[in-house]
Amino acid sequence: MSKQYKLIHCVINGKEREAMVDVRASLTDLLRNDFRLTSVKKGCEVGECGACNVLINGECFNSCIYLAVWADGKEILTLEGLEGPNGEISDIQQAFIDEAAVQCGFCTPGAIMSAVEILNEGRELSDEEIRIRMSGHLCRCTGYENIFRAVKKTMLKRLGK
Amino acid sequence: MYTGQSVKRVDALDKVTGRTRYTDDLCDRKAYIARVLHSTVANGKVLSFDLSEAEKVPGVVKILTCFDLKEKHYFPTAGHPWSTDPSHQDVADRLVLTDRVRFYGDDIAAVVAEDEVAAAQALRLIRVEYEEYPFVLDVQKAMEDGAPQLHENYPNNILKHTTIRQGDYEKAVQEPGLVKVEGWYETPVVQHCHIENFICFAEKEGDRINVVTSTQIPHIVRRIVGQALGIDWGLIRVVKPYIGGGFGNKQDVLYEPLCAWLCLQVGGHLVKLDVPREETFVCNRTRHSIRNHIISWVRPDGTYAARKLEAFSDQGAYASHGHSICAKGAGAFPQLYPCPNVEVDAYTVFTNKPVAGAMRGYGIPQAMWAVESHTEDVAAAIGADPLAFRRQNLMPVGYVDGFSKNENYYDSFNQCLEKAMKAIDYERKEKEYRNQTGDIRRGIGMAVFWYNTAVWPISLESTSCRMVLNQDGSFQLQMGETEIGQGADTAFAQMAADVVGVPVDRVHVVSCQDTDVAPFGTSAYASRQTYIAGFSIRQTGLMLKEKILDYAHELTRMPVFNLDIREGNIVRTTDGRVMMTLGELATEALYSLTDSRHITAESTYQVKSNAYSFGCTIAEVEVDIPMCRAKLLNVVNCHDAGKLINPALAEAQVHGGMSMGIGFGMSEKLLFDEKTGRPLNNNLLDYKLSTFLDHPTLQAEFVENPEPTSAFGTKGLGEPPACSVAPAIRNAIFHATGVGLRDAPANPHNLFKAFKEAGII
Amino acid sequence: MYDIKALYEAASVEDAIRLLQEHPEAQIIAGGSDVLVQIREGKRAGAELVSIYGIDVMRGVTYDGEDAIRIGSLTSFSHIAASPIIREKIPVLGEAVSLVGGPQIRNIGTIGGNTCNGVTSADSASTLFAWDAIAELTGPEGIRRVPIAEFYIKAGKVDLRPAELQTAIIIPKKAYEGYHGNYIKYAMREAMDIATLGCSVNVLLAEDKQTIRDVRIAYGVAGPIPMRAPSAEAAAKGRPAARETVDAFARAVLEDIHPRDSWRAAKAFREHIAVEMARRALTKSIELAGGEIRE
Repeated sequence: MSKQYKLIHCVINGKEREAMVDVRASLTDLLRNDFRLTSVKKGCEVGECGACNVLINGECFNSCIYLAVWADGKEILTLEGLEGPNGEISDIQQAFIDEAAVQCGFCTPGAIMSAVEILNEGRELSDEEIRIRMSGHLCRCTGYENIFRAVKKTMLKRLGK
Repeated sequence: MYTGQSVKRVDALDKVTGRTRYTDDLCDRKAYIARVLHSTVANGKVLSFDLSEAEKVPGVVKILTCFDLKEKHYFPTAGHPWSTDPSHQDVADRLVLTDRVRFYGDDIAAVVAEDEVAAAQALRLIRVEYEEYPFVLDVQKAMEDGAPQLHENYPNNILKHTTIRQGDYEKAVQEPGLVKVEGWYETPVVQHCHIENFICFAEKEGDRINVVTSTQIPHIVRRIVGQALGIDWGLIRVVKPYIGGGFGNKQDVLYEPLCAWLCLQVGGHLVKLDVPREETFVCNRTRHSIRNHIISWVRPDGTYAARKLEAFSDQGAYASHGHSICAKGAGAFPQLYPCPNVEVDAYTVFTNKPVAGAMRGYGIPQAMWAVESHTEDVAAAIGADPLAFRRQNLMPVGYVDGFSKNENYYDSFNQCLEKAMKAIDYERKEKEYRNQTGDIRRGIGMAVFWYNTAVWPISLESTSCRMVLNQDGSFQLQMGETEIGQGADTAFAQMAADVVGVPVDRVHVVSCQDTDVAPFGTSAYASRQTYIAGFSIRQTGLMLKEKILDYAHELTRMPVFNLDIREGNIVRTTDGRVMMTLGELATEALYSLTDSRHITAESTYQVKSNAYSFGCTIAEVEVDIPMCRAKLLNVVNCHDAGKLINPALAEAQVHGGMSMGIGFGMSEKLLFDEKTGRPLNNNLLDYKLSTFLDHPTLQAEFVENPEPTSAFGTKGLGEPPACSVAPAIRNAIFHATGVGLRDAPANPHNLFKAFKEAGII
Repeated sequence: MYDIKALYEAASVEDAIRLLQEHPEAQIIAGGSDVLVQIREGKRAGAELVSIYGIDVMRGVTYDGEDAIRIGSLTSFSHIAASPIIREKIPVLGEAVSLVGGPQIRNIGTIGGNTCNGVTSADSASTLFAWDAIAELTGPEGIRRVPIAEFYIKAGKVDLRPAELQTAIIIPKKAYEGYHGNYIKYAMREAMDIATLGCSVNVLLAEDKQTIRDVRIAYGVAGPIPMRAPSAEAAAKGRPAARETVDAFARAVLEDIHPRDSWRAAKAFREHIAVEMARRALTKSIELAGGEIRE
């Protein structure tokens, strides 16, 4: 049968977008291929590794197991969306640099986006809560240690602690 | 001095903004998608294919099978330096596609399609007829007479058997009063699980083939693609962009030859081969499972009279890195705890399992599981304190290995142990956790390791470096050694900045290796990057500096011996006056109407030394006996990797290795169906890689004894952190419960079995 | 890109029923965390799908008429865990679904999808069994309400008739009022895992907190579908909150469960931990109910 498409409207990284979407596409496909937002990584394509994590209406989702057509009417934020107009980076990105939380960098975009979701809550999480909230990301380089430090440090800094 | 400072990673900004381009990010969307059809029998022969249904799938470009391979160019895959001596060359036993299948997952055909859905549909529709042979999965059963034979020329499936004989074991064991301690210790098949799967793409350009690949070893890939296609190596251009981890899996040539071959079969069109996670587990490489049998004869005073090790290393279906892994581990045995009478027999054996290759630690994590578990068992058997027993027997200061000439220059073991013990409060906990009762008990245990930094004198050790001065006084640094996530580029920049005398941000590291332009290097393995690259960076940096100062002499009329480069300025050393900036000099050098020069330097350094890297792990666990589970409460690694070039990155590197060690020690194991040889848990859900919640705070400590052989006092740290974690955890569980595990990992399945046998549940 | 033959998006429950009638071969996709994975694996490749993900009225936790708790089938695990009603009345359900996969999975995974899959390992299922939950099914003939234990037919098969979809999970007041419960998930790691065994227990203590007036226990992965352990319940119901009762309760579990031997875990191992989990979950439930185990 012929391919099926749907026109969707959504906000991606603060900009209104429309796209003609192949209904078979995942949100990862849409973001990587149509918008070249290549921070969205493919590590397993079944929602186990977290490399493709993005925020949809403020919540984290593995975009590999999210149909692109569902993005219609949604607000999507990828790592690219954190960058300021003059290339400024956010505090959490800076913390990842400062705490040496980046190694191969492949899990980094997804992990930062989970951190953004946590930080946006504006409350202090316990160490255990931070670990739980970051647990949807597999990382083989860092042992999670410095990622944890970067998230905690940024959280405390934002809370003025 | 930039070396010794925690300079921020040179690639960090790009990586936190998502700008870093990995292989898939570089591939043009016009690429055809290739998928590989894998064997569904563990041993046998493909008789025929029925492609009729598959070829009807819209979007299928071409289906190639093993029978389309007209010329059979067998090739090796190990990321070893090539040896011009045929007797030292890696075993060439692979074809891009094979009809003789040797494991469940062997590569028998490939679909090239316009998109991934068409490729997947076609794969499912291919029908294959096999002639099935009996298969063998167990390493020792594979050695039995009459076992199914995987390869000709390897009787009893033994790829290689090596021995070490010191003194007279048989005579030594006759000594009266010896205590005999015997044990079996086995490690599982595990996988690297870098988050970026293996991926490559290939396209023809003129007569040549461009291959972009997620590899640790671009120059080796070029050689092997050439060998596999039977064409001149210069016709291949390999580009290695940033990669999402490798850990040794990408120190093997994986699907680059097949991808290049498929590209040629479709007229040179761009073909991308993106390996799904499930296939990464099975059809790339794994860590060798090694079954070890150790017998120690100990005197009541705690000295060893004689020791014996038999190691059976499960190679899987093809040779890959082969015996090197088992041999490296076996080589550690007589060195770590020297004893005058030693017998070692190391076997590497083919089985009908996925191919084992290099993985972080290269045989040492397996050997340490055995040796350090056994050390604990021996100490227990003679009633010795495990710490004191280790101290009594460990490789002494001044020990020199006769073969590698590696020397133990410092008292690193004791220094590392002391630092780790202090960090984790060992002595108090060790006493407190003795003689516990109850369902939930705590324990603390340790393990040590040594690791050889590089591969000399077994293989070639050479490193090449190029520096190209820019108009502004900055320079490009190009290395054959690769950035694979470990931070090599940053360490290289720091070393180069110090040697030449410029601010570190004036060193522009060309991270990408393109074999057309990158200096030759055999790249990332054996924890060698920083140690080895240091030699060519120092040598080349001094050459560049000499050329710069020679030109400075032309411009300033000052004698060269009174000039130096400091923080990017040409300085007269006698009074410290800045004569000019390096930028001014470089601009003049390029555009001078009287004496124009392009100041560059390039050199190769052949390294003929090697260095022991030392360290230990101490782990504290809580064991819930009725629930058959161990929880890691605290863990510390302490390393002597010489002088640290970048302490923050070194610490991060240790965390990652510890994490891999925790997985190896507690949860990871690739499983196979006994009846079919089919892999059972080849995905990230069922394969239990540790998560954010499975780790306590990871502590990394260092002892920095400068390595005398090294250009910057440093030595290997990439692999060492993964070497001693698992046995330390095992020994902590032993301390808590009195039950010493035979098999890694200490997961609930193995604990249930061991606790049942011990009668504590 | 998924191998999907056609996708029909439903805007309402009625729309979904109509689409399912028009496309009898079509399968329902809710959050997709299982369906899409199975399409990729090839198991459901080439499927026609009716997406109900956009039906917002099927989201949220509310009180139904007589104080029954109504959980819309599309409510995500994270929203269940965050629901004030769940936190107040059945916190154990929030705790159980907070153990599903990882945070991203809990944002996409729905309780309807989790139960309609018919898999025994679903973290929500054993707790729903233990709380006498009811599945609300809406189809061309209207609404049916089926006890959760009857909703599960066999592994991978639930009682959904043609063109019918699960629209809510309902927990009646009499099933939760006064009860306190605990869920233990036994898995091989602390996150991103499926249960090797799941055990959900709840108790209703007498006013003096000394007697177990009612106790319910359910398991996941102790058989092909989630199950209650009636022998265990009988062994503790009406008995004192004492060590002896807890032990008898735990031992009796073996009369009810029949886990299988698989590469994921041996039967003997599952049986061993099932007893220990029953013991611990009951102990904890009694404590949560304000009781104390007498030795």
